[in-house]
Amino acid sequence: MSGTITKSAMVENRPWLDALAHGVLILGAAMVLFPLWIAFVASTLDGSSLINSIVPLLPGDRLLENYTTALSAGSKAAGGVPVGLMLTNSLIMALVITLGKIVISLTSAYAIVYFRFPLRMTCFWTIFITLMLPVEVRILPTFEVVADFGLLNSYTGLTLPLIASATATFLFRQFFLTVPDELLEAARIDGAGPLRFFRDILLPLSRTNIAALFVILFIYGWNQYLWPLLITTDEQYYTVVMGLQRMLAVPDSEPQWHLVMATSLLALLPPVAVVVAMQRLFVKGLVETEK
Amino acid sequence: MAEITLQAVEKTYAGGFKAVHGVSLEVPDGAFCVLVGPSGCGKSTLLRMVAGLEYVSSGTVAIGGKPVNDLEPGQRDIAMVFQNYALYPHMSVYDNMAYGLRNRRVPKADIERKVRDAAEILNLGEMLDRKPRQLSGGQRQRVAMGRAIVRSPQVFLFDEPLSNLDAKLRVQMRVEIKRLQRRLGVTSLYVTHDQVEAMTLSDVLVVMNAGRVEQIGSPQEIYARPASRFVATFIGSPSMNLIRGVVTEGGRLALSGTEIDAAPGLSARPGQAVEIGLRPEDMRIAPHDGPGTLPFRLEFREDLGATELLHGSIAGEAATLHLPAGSAPHRTETLSLIVAPEKLHLFDPQTGLRLG
Amino acid sequence: MEKRVTLNNRVLPYLLLAPQLAVTLVFFIWPAAQALYQSLLRQDPFGLKTTFVGFANFEKLFTDPLYLSSLQLTLLFSLFVTVLSMGAALVLAIMADRVVKGAQGYKTLIIWPYAVAPAVAGALWWLMFNPTVGVLAYVLRGVGYDWNHYINGTDAFILVVIAAAWKQISYNFLFFLAGLQSIPRALVEAAAIDGAGPVRRFWTIIFPLLSPTSFFLLVVNVTYAFFDTFGVIHATTTGGPGQSTTILVYKVFADGFLALDLGSSAAQSVLLMLIVVALTVVQFRFVERRVHY
Repeated sequence: MSGTITKSAMVENRPWLDALAHGVLILGAAMVLFPLWIAFVASTLDGSSLINSIVPLLPGDRLLENYTTALSAGSKAAGGVPVGLMLTNSLIMALVITLGKIVISLTSAYAIVYFRFPLRMTCFWTIFITLMLPVEVRILPTFEVVADFGLLNSYTGLTLPLIASATATFLFRQFFLTVPDELLEAARIDGAGPLRFFRDILLPLSRTNIAALFVILFIYGWNQYLWPLLITTDEQYYTVVMGLQRMLAVPDSEPQWHLVMATSLLALLPPVAVVVAMQRLFVKGLVETEK
Repeated sequence: MAEITLQAVEKTYAGGFKAVHGVSLEVPDGAFCVLVGPSGCGKSTLLRMVAGLEYVSSGTVAIGGKPVNDLEPGQRDIAMVFQNYALYPHMSVYDNMAYGLRNRRVPKADIERKVRDAAEILNLGEMLDRKPRQLSGGQRQRVAMGRAIVRSPQVFLFDEPLSNLDAKLRVQMRVEIKRLQRRLGVTSLYVTHDQVEAMTLSDVLVVMNAGRVEQIGSPQEIYARPASRFVATFIGSPSMNLIRGVVTEGGRLALSGTEIDAAPGLSARPGQAVEIGLRPEDMRIAPHDGPGTLPFRLEFREDLGATELLHGSIAGEAATLHLPAGSAPHRTETLSLIVAPEKLHLFDPQTGLRLG
Repeated sequence: MEKRVTLNNRVLPYLLLAPQLAVTLVFFIWPAAQALYQSLLRQDPFGLKTTFVGFANFEKLFTDPLYLSSLQLTLLFSLFVTVLSMGAALVLAIMADRVVKGAQGYKTLIIWPYAVAPAVAGALWWLMFNPTVGVLAYVLRGVGYDWNHYINGTDAFILVVIAAAWKQISYNFLFFLAGLQSIPRALVEAAAIDGAGPVRRFWTIIFPLLSPTSFFLLVVNVTYAFFDTFGVIHATTTGGPGQSTTILVYKVFADGFLALDLGSSAAQSVLLMLIVVALTVVQFRFVERRVHY
């Protein structure tokens, strides 16, 4: 079938514009992927070959060896924290933050939308305020609070302070407002109390939103940098994204690039995999949270 | 015994708007009561108060003799069919019907039996595994009714359940609902703005307007002796014609140009101005012109097949006739009409209330 | 927008809100209040005595050349990051909107950097520009430019701009693409029938209709450049060489955590807070289609 007839994206039939579009896109994709490729190549080279010569464009042969070293022993120049351990910590942190945020914002949104009680709007605005208080603007005082609670160097300290979420609460609030009133009425007549309604009706209807939010929040949780940096001094609790920085910041010597790049790839693989595998949900999540 | 009793029930919303003014009503056990009226007349509000979905501002609502003002909807032993069906979209038809029973911890075997029985009655047997989005409007409405039946409640409540269906389906479902209610004998309260549904479904008909009850009675009573101008023009389609006139010295009715006989026992005084109500279907073509007939000027006609609607005016005021097809020969411009005195309705022009 | 039908439990809503409110009060509001308070104090060098000094810390900041240059740097930084990433994203989005075949594939290839942490993005580009082993440094030397971001402040600045922009392209791309796809085909076709070529169509029809999206992305990108790029800087240049990559958010950290100047750091935090508030207000007031909450 020739393609001269209907192409929905075409206004006129100018094949060179199409070729240009493809060309630009391929170039764009290449530019986006290039750093990743170089990192991969670097992670497969022998460490000594990286000290004085440029990273080649084709991979070497030390893939297995480098990654094993990284996972089990880390970068010796940076204190030898096994990347495997850091990956586990990152996973725990990301999952706890994600699930915590989802649960907390579901119940908060439910309360705000479906109930009338004094201070309702005050609660709403209190949650809203958190949008204007990212970690970066309250670094020291938050650190002090966490230290006072004895939560430094702990999973609780890594996750609890990050669990409030205005964006997730607003997303669910938005969604709940679109659920027809009659469903609640029918449920009440069917003898369901507020908790049963929440569990049997509202939650199942929220499934896609929860999944979309899961992707966004997982990335957010996994990529946490400043916070783990501040509150962990015990290697046991290092996460991979902050651990990477320690590998880079070795004083008086070049970083062990092959290990650093292996770690970088390991650090970005899980969130990227989640985005690629759940692309549709990811896009939905991004768009919904920005409304 | 599951009669519904309302005593001086009122509803005032925050902000002052009074949706329902002092309504008292008694629906006998097993009766089908229809609340009918224009949008905003308070009928849905009243229904929702019986359901427990709205608080009662003052007055009592009782089901089976027991006051239920303070009971949650789930505690009143009622079931409701909503205008938009309100089916749980993520549950199958079976689960939709079983949900209320599961919440009441009815044993699984009983649930199975009840759901299948209800499905049988409503012809839903093959659809038990489907989800609502896979069903047509009529099927969804039947599932909504199934959900109500399955609970064997004391009272059925219907909130304009047929409004979202197309005309043909509406007629079909109307009959099904009536049949079902007869068969199950459950006291039912039904809200609609459609007066055809009101007439055909009700044992007890309640006409409402602006938060008040205009008239309560059987559909036949309401049709034959409407208590007010509002009821008279609301029930019956096309609406009753209203022509201004005066009571004569001799106890007859004068409309500009003629005099006609009034029914005996007229309670209006001579000289009193009245509004005379004439139903389009109650007028006949007079055998001859002359005194005692009503002059009708024909402007255009609508042919309905078996009958025809003739639009025009009587004594200068707009009027419509509903007569068998072919009653008015072609090219007719005027007709003389007669109407039996018993079919005359008289209303006070000031209060709108029925006279005599 | 409110629900017409609500439930009337007394205690339950408070229980449902309690966890979030607790975390918010303890870890957000209280520390923010602390920051506000501490910004009005000054500690003596030995940490023994703190005195209330009113707005002195703020005055000191506004006359501190280091702070002012950091402010200027941050504005410059956000300008470049925003223009670079929005520009590249727009071009890619326009092209992606045109192609039918392979659109999904291109999309996947372009959006994955969103999932990369800023610090990791920094690490990747840190390698690419490394004077000894980096590919790009090699290429630049080939055309006569001796790149060294360890010594040259401008080079370091360029590096962090590129790393930050690279990561943000995917986000902008997604929203630009969505914006383009929401423009009714009929408008573009009508313009074509009216004789407008592709370039003219873009500037007179598509670009104006894209302006809500553009404005929205502008605010988001500026916010990103101000705050989320901490990781890029901290993992690579650590603000240097000299102060050439010390943007405001990095300075707050450095002065507070490294130099332990609490009063100054707190004052800087407060100023940053004001910037966030301003950006958030702009976002919700002028950008959101639904203004009421």
